[in-house]
Amino acid sequence: MEALSAALGLVATGDPKLLGIVALSLSVSLSAVIIAAIAGLPVGALIAVGRFPGRQTLTVIVNGFMGLPAVVVGLLVYLLLSRAGPLGALGILFTPTAMVIAQAVLVMPLLAALTRQVVEDAWRQYEEQLHSLGATTIQATATLLWDTRHSLFTVLLAGFGRTIAEVGAVMIVGGNIDGVTRVMTTTIALETSKGDLPLALSLGLILVTLVLAINALAYVTREWAQRRFG
Amino acid sequence: METMFPLSLAGVGFAPGGTPVLQGVTLDIGQHSRIVILGANGAGKSVLIRLMHGLIKPSAGSIRWAGSDARPSAQALVFQRPVMLRRSALANVAYGLKLDGTPRPERQRRAETALARVGLAHLAHRPARVLSGGEQQRVALARAWALEPRILFLDEPTASLDPNAAAAVERIIRDIHGAGTSIVMSTHNLGQARRLADEIIFLHRGRVAERTPAALFFQQPQSAEADDFLKGELP
Repeated sequence: MEALSAALGLVATGDPKLLGIVALSLSVSLSAVIIAAIAGLPVGALIAVGRFPGRQTLTVIVNGFMGLPAVVVGLLVYLLLSRAGPLGALGILFTPTAMVIAQAVLVMPLLAALTRQVVEDAWRQYEEQLHSLGATTIQATATLLWDTRHSLFTVLLAGFGRTIAEVGAVMIVGGNIDGVTRVMTTTIALETSKGDLPLALSLGLILVTLVLAINALAYVTREWAQRRFG
Repeated sequence: METMFPLSLAGVGFAPGGTPVLQGVTLDIGQHSRIVILGANGAGKSVLIRLMHGLIKPSAGSIRWAGSDARPSAQALVFQRPVMLRRSALANVAYGLKLDGTPRPERQRRAETALARVGLAHLAHRPARVLSGGEQQRVALARAWALEPRILFLDEPTASLDPNAAAAVERIIRDIHGAGTSIVMSTHNLGQARRLADEIIFLHRGRVAERTPAALFFQQPQSAEADDFLKGELP
């Protein structure tokens, strides 16, 4: 109970350390989702619309990678970025950049798989009409991405929900360095084991609130789009 | 422009996975035609329309336009259920023009004209998918008409509409034909066939049972199958 009131105190007073951790969490996860979306949305849409050899294999791979354990992604990115690794010369291990890369790799298959589902459903409905109007595969893909934009926004929110709550990958490639690479999840893990419950608890509250807000936003978007655009 | 017609089908068959849906269809469609394809459900009406439009490829025979294998772009198809994009009615019409390569300023003007012709100028800026079924079908007709097709295919365009909306669609089809476009449509509404057709193509189990001027067809069908169909005595 004491820990809880101390936690609420930290949130209420806007403790600068707390705010710094929250800000880093948001910026890392948001950047990761944006980068993953640039690749993941078109890939998902092309798998849905395109008719090319290896399409089914690609679908299985993307769906499979969707459930990739975060620690394994963290490990792989760690190996890539470590001094002896192929990208070691960049010297970005244990920086926020490394965390963004790891989370982008982690969430890309999720975004691609969800996008494929959304676009494929729309494509089934639009295929004959778009072919009749003479759309090429690229034109059809662009049209479908735009036409499903509200559903895709909720896909992005799902991706953000996954990255903001993720701990394994950012822990490994970020190193959980105080004031540099410490995000909400890794701080909670560390502070809990150290026994500093107020900080852990306050971050936990913020994290849960955020995740709830993300889901509420996704729900509201769906409802609004359905009413507005059908 | 003058080299598109006739549309000639020679021995056309369609058999996905080996099951024949359409067999030995040979017919010519000339300019200014107004043809209604009649037949029971499953007779192959939709498939024939999709083959002629080029959405699917025949598994036998050939489909040629004025003796050429090239598929002309001055054609459109209106489906039973209109497919509206999540944008305004006007943008849906303009979208077809965009894919057709019309420059932007002209696109806007032609889309507005087409919407006005189907009586929907006042709904131009409404999201298309929240319009009623009849209004959506009129947007689909405007989208097709804006392309200034020389032949318009329609696959049971009023099957999911109430009588008022169906009447509006029939009026528009008549207008499009009046403006010089050939019409090929399927329906299982005999009254509609009577009102709209100059000629009837009657399909029975994937074959053309007869092709007859509409007036004669309804008075005295030339095939036993059509005779049965008109009497409502299909086995």
